[in-house]
Amino acid sequence: MEIKWYIFLSLALFCIGIIGALTRRNSIIVFMCIELMLNSVNLLLVAFSKMHLGEVNAFSYSMATSAQIFVFFIMIVAAAEVSVGLAIIVMLYRNTRSIDINFLNRLKN
Amino acid sequence: MEITQILFWFLSALALFGAIGVVASKNPIYSVLFLIIVFFAISGHYILMNAQFLAIVNIIVYAGAIMVLFLFVIMLMNLNTETEPIKNVYLKLAGVISGLMLMIVLVAALSHSDTRNIIMRRGTSVGLTENLGKALFNKYVVPFEISSVLFLSAMIGAILIGKKDPVKKNKTLDVKA
Repeated sequence: MEIKWYIFLSLALFCIGIIGALTRRNSIIVFMCIELMLNSVNLLLVAFSKMHLGEVNAFSYSMATSAQIFVFFIMIVAAAEVSVGLAIIVMLYRNTRSIDINFLNRLKN
Repeated sequence: MEITQILFWFLSALALFGAIGVVASKNPIYSVLFLIIVFFAISGHYILMNAQFLAIVNIIVYAGAIMVLFLFVIMLMNLNTETEPIKNVYLKLAGVISGLMLMIVLVAALSHSDTRNIIMRRGTSVGLTENLGKALFNKYVVPFEISSVLFLSAMIGAILIGKKDPVKKNKTLDVKA
């Protein structure tokens, strides 16, 4: 399989995520669209880690391993981000009885 | 057509279907279920690319932990009613058009690049758990330990934000005073 199909698949997922984050107003769905974009980037990183330019030597091998470790750290940061973000959404719902994303400015003081 | 190509197109179609379902469905619970479909499709892609460790971690972390967190929040707050306010249809149209234009520009820019026809090597042992574990605990052991601090601070932050605070009344009084 050529690398371009993975690039186009990741682009399509990323753009669907952007469209969702721009058009939806439910803050939980906006948050899920952000997760979708993170996952498309992860998919592209893994695809690039399997794309060796030229022959496989020790340097390209170590770079490919680093790409997959980087995906692992992206997943770690995403998990931490989700826990804090969902706490903020719960706080928003408790204060305004709604999860419309336009009411986020009411969390001031 | 080989079996891996058939699997690639099937998983791609599944991922795109799920992603469109996340964006288009009114009910947040259906969105969560569609997103789980997307995550399983992406894990299938990882298995196709022989990145087994990331496939399992993707299923455990995303479909197992994060999506359960989303479902808990939606069900605890009783948000599964379709209460999205009527809004400006032009704004929606503008968002869709700008997203599609971004996709068209990126595809047009990347479809003529030099490296687009490189065949990927699936059989390499890069993504196996043994090699990734050796790299993680030799070269990347300091970021690995720092990420535990990140998790601790995220946990404390979530508890601090999420708890019902008795401080709030005092704070409003302070503001008035």
